Amino acid sequence: MDLHSLTIHELHDHLLRKEASATETVTAYLQRIERIDPLLNSFVTLMGQEALREAQLYDNGRKDLEASPLAGVPLGIKDVICTKGFRTTCASRILENFVPPYDATVTERLHKAGAILLGKTNMDEFAMGSSSENSAFFPTRNPWDTERVPGGSSGGSAAAVAADLCAGSLGSDTGGSIRQPASFCGVIGLKPTYGRVSRFGLVAFASSLDQIGPFAKDVEDAAILLQAIAGHDQRDSTSVDQPVPDYRLAMKRSIKGLRLGIPREYFIDGIEPDVAAAVQQAMTTLKELGAEMVEISLPHTEYGVAAYYIIAPAEASSNLARFDGVKYGLRAPDSKDLMTMYCQTRSRGFGMEVKRRIMLGTYVLSAGYYDAYYRKASQVRTLIRQDFLQAFEQCDAIVTPVTPIPPFKIGEKTDDPLQMYLSDVFTLPASLAGIPGISIPCGFSAGNLPVGLQVLGPHFREDLILQIAYQFEQATPHHKARPQMDSHG
Amino acid sequence: MKEKITRQEVRHVAQLARLELSEEEEKQMTAKMNQVLTYMEKLNSLDTSRVPHMTHAIQLQNVFRPDEVLPSMDREQILANAPECDGVSFLVPKVI
Amino acid sequence: MELEPVIGLEIHAQLLTKSKIFCGCSTAFGASPNTHTCPICVAMPGVLPVLNREVVEFAMKMGLATHCTIAPSSQFARKNYFYPDLPKGYQISQYELPLAVNGWVDIETEKGPKRIRIHRIHMEEDAGKLVHDEFQPMSYVDYNRTGVPLIEIVSEPDMGTSEEAAAYLRTLREILRYLEICDGNMEEGSFRCDANISLRPVGTEALGVKTELKNMNSFRNVQRALDFEIRRQRALIERNEPVVQETRLWDVARNVTISMRGKEEAHDYRYFPDPDLVPVVVSDSWVASVRETLPELPEAKRERFMAQYNLPLYDAQVLTSSKALAVYFETATAEFPQPKTVSNWIMSELMKQLKRDEREIEDCPVPPENLAELLSLMDTGVISGKIAKTVFDDMYTTGRKAKAIVEEKGLTQVKDEGAIEAIINEILRENPTEVELYRGGKEKLFSFFVGQAMRKTKGKANPQLVNEILRSKLANEER
Repeated sequence: MDLHSLTIHELHDHLLRKEASATETVTAYLQRIERIDPLLNSFVTLMGQEALREAQLYDNGRKDLEASPLAGVPLGIKDVICTKGFRTTCASRILENFVPPYDATVTERLHKAGAILLGKTNMDEFAMGSSSENSAFFPTRNPWDTERVPGGSSGGSAAAVAADLCAGSLGSDTGGSIRQPASFCGVIGLKPTYGRVSRFGLVAFASSLDQIGPFAKDVEDAAILLQAIAGHDQRDSTSVDQPVPDYRLAMKRSIKGLRLGIPREYFIDGIEPDVAAAVQQAMTTLKELGAEMVEISLPHTEYGVAAYYIIAPAEASSNLARFDGVKYGLRAPDSKDLMTMYCQTRSRGFGMEVKRRIMLGTYVLSAGYYDAYYRKASQVRTLIRQDFLQAFEQCDAIVTPVTPIPPFKIGEKTDDPLQMYLSDVFTLPASLAGIPGISIPCGFSAGNLPVGLQVLGPHFREDLILQIAYQFEQATPHHKARPQMDSHG
Repeated sequence: MKEKITRQEVRHVAQLARLELSEEEEKQMTAKMNQVLTYMEKLNSLDTSRVPHMTHAIQLQNVFRPDEVLPSMDREQILANAPECDGVSFLVPKVI
Repeated sequence: MELEPVIGLEIHAQLLTKSKIFCGCSTAFGASPNTHTCPICVAMPGVLPVLNREVVEFAMKMGLATHCTIAPSSQFARKNYFYPDLPKGYQISQYELPLAVNGWVDIETEKGPKRIRIHRIHMEEDAGKLVHDEFQPMSYVDYNRTGVPLIEIVSEPDMGTSEEAAAYLRTLREILRYLEICDGNMEEGSFRCDANISLRPVGTEALGVKTELKNMNSFRNVQRALDFEIRRQRALIERNEPVVQETRLWDVARNVTISMRGKEEAHDYRYFPDPDLVPVVVSDSWVASVRETLPELPEAKRERFMAQYNLPLYDAQVLTSSKALAVYFETATAEFPQPKTVSNWIMSELMKQLKRDEREIEDCPVPPENLAELLSLMDTGVISGKIAKTVFDDMYTTGRKAKAIVEEKGLTQVKDEGAIEAIINEILRENPTEVELYRGGKEKLFSFFVGQAMRKTKGKANPQLVNEILRSKLANEER
């Protein structure tokens, strides 16, 4: 068995049983990255030397493999999460050479858990996008079909896990940026409840929506990763001080008798038949596992896209004001005055989609438009949250498709931002409400492209959605399917 | 279709956001923004007059730190990423 | 048409917390550039603010001291604009939901007390500092001041003269210093003031077009700038020219306000609630516990001084102008319970010396107990009032106690009747002409004899005894 195809828990067992050394493992991954990643471009920066140094600490007994289920496990981390001493670019020219002098809280926690970071993964610039084509450096490709996008914005993290370039990874989700690429790449992706995982050191896109979460090859791995990063952090005022349950323990409970809500607004005309079929089949499976399916309504679903694309750009326009060429990052050379320096730096440093969102966000906050757009959207956000709170009075969790469409071709939607935004219709509402969601492989569409099932739970019920995902996974073979990468070289 | 935002407004917003758009970009931007803003009109069909607005996904309050001085970062590290500095201060083109 | 000025002030006060408002860096003034900074201060990507609880308490104190209502829930907002001293590209401030609203303070004016309403008090962060290079087209940015906590105190447009504006400023500064939440130093910028001013016909309600005045870094400049602006606007209105709504800078060197037009684009701050910070919810019990910590404020203290110590208004005003001075007075009075005497000495001798040396009462080399001891020596007749003044000078210079100085220099008053009589006999003997003239009716010469007696005793003779003995001697011989 190849080391790189193992799940985190399998690999950790291997390491504990000394069937492989940490150095062998890291080396195997680095070699695979070297061989496969040129086809995918999932990594922006590799941290190979540091990873090997870390591995040696385990092999010479300086670090303890027993310390945690992540000890000695090689991971990828989205390039929007700060890594002390390693450049953190957000896939943007404006931060191309930025080296943070601090770790994000999640980076610190992964280190503390003994994980080994292999590199920083590619993404849509500043996490703005649904295809990873908006990277300033290169688009990432879908391991199942390299002509297609891996989804986004955490496309690099999803593709790398799907292609066995790392055992697991972290991404960030603002409106679906973990769940959608997980679905497109056929891996598990979990967006935690807002406040469950610290945002300290996560370069902000939309601060009231951003959450960091794991990508994994199976649900148990997702539970292990979430366990490592979840919990209160004093450096993030929006981080919630609530106990973190034992997710691996919780997920093994039966789902018999659970009531699962099916929102009628999520089964709309625009949904691809193959996607609908796979999701329908998944519901049948869940019913067979003893869950009760109940039809529910989330009446404000159709307003999610509009509300989100006001709130998120508004916050982004402010969050990205710090990229001004003064303290770090790109500065346009030879600017004769301050105004020119600002304008040229930002115009050269940001890509088109980022500029569009900054423009949109600036506009909706500007004098005379605030009430009509930003305030209105934040009220609609309340309605969307209420939809979920009411739904959870009738059901324990909600199951939906992750996205109405399977992975699309690179370049197919780049000219039509609104179409791209509309494809986020099923992931945005949960982000606006702050509830947790997981994407789990549930089948394939024509052309052998993965389809994901989304399970949404009430606030802080990651244990519940992991439980449903785990039981579903145990009953189905989809997560075991892997793209055929080796034939490419 | 009535324009939601004019070229001139786009230019003003770009100025506020410190972005410099070429003629072509400005034209494109105006078209795309109009498309998106027109879609946003959807929200007007909802009566939200009595709906509270929502700034945070989770309702938290009173998150504080105590008034304690912690060590600052070495200036060298603070300035390490600066596009231009003299080892003491960040340098910028003269502010008029 | 008679015009009246309408003035409102916006005051920024730096709070005396140890650490910054959103991170643990020190707020100390005067450090080498960028040494009191961290990734939060310089807005590195991904870092987040966490609110210093003390800032809320300090702001609440000011709110309560100025009779404001403390908002049960308040929220931080982002004020968006680009400037190199603003590392995030936005300032964290409060907008729709400030911490305190609807207060007032009473100020003293020529026409008696006047109430100035306070519109709001909110918390925010200070910006960094820019220094412009004299020779190159460069500016240097120092982020040490970034994130130092401020409160902004916005008045209603209730002031009608520059004197009233200055009195309001002084009153607020006194309160801030009493509360020990701001050092009130205008020159160093820990207490800053912008003014909004317009004119309107007397008797009308509607406000005229206002200008905003900035860059006034002393009480005097505030008053001068307002006076200039009143004259400028009046002249415009009298010539039927429009007053333009704009920001104007006070030019200290030229004593004029100058327009910022053209140098400043129209602002659109795009305020919105800061998603990184959660609401500040203040319960009644929190308000009550902060209220309990409030010291006696200047106004109340003034009234108490008048009632308890029977001091005139003027004395009470001077003595309560700083908390330390009031404490000084009360400590001295506790030891030497003649309040008016203590007050006189503080207001004359003590303050004269302090003023000359530009010292604050906190740095006074004569502790209040020592002043009280000096006054007791005088009161019990050990030394004369005149000697007391020279002893005080000595105490101020050397920091020594009155008794030690009096003893060492032998300044104790001569109260021995025999000794004084002997000296007077000697004087009378030495000045027969003057004695004759006096006895002949030139009574003015009496003070000549007193002076002689004082000179011979180096001022130590008890003046009452000298008077008595002289009178009887001069009269005796007459008989």
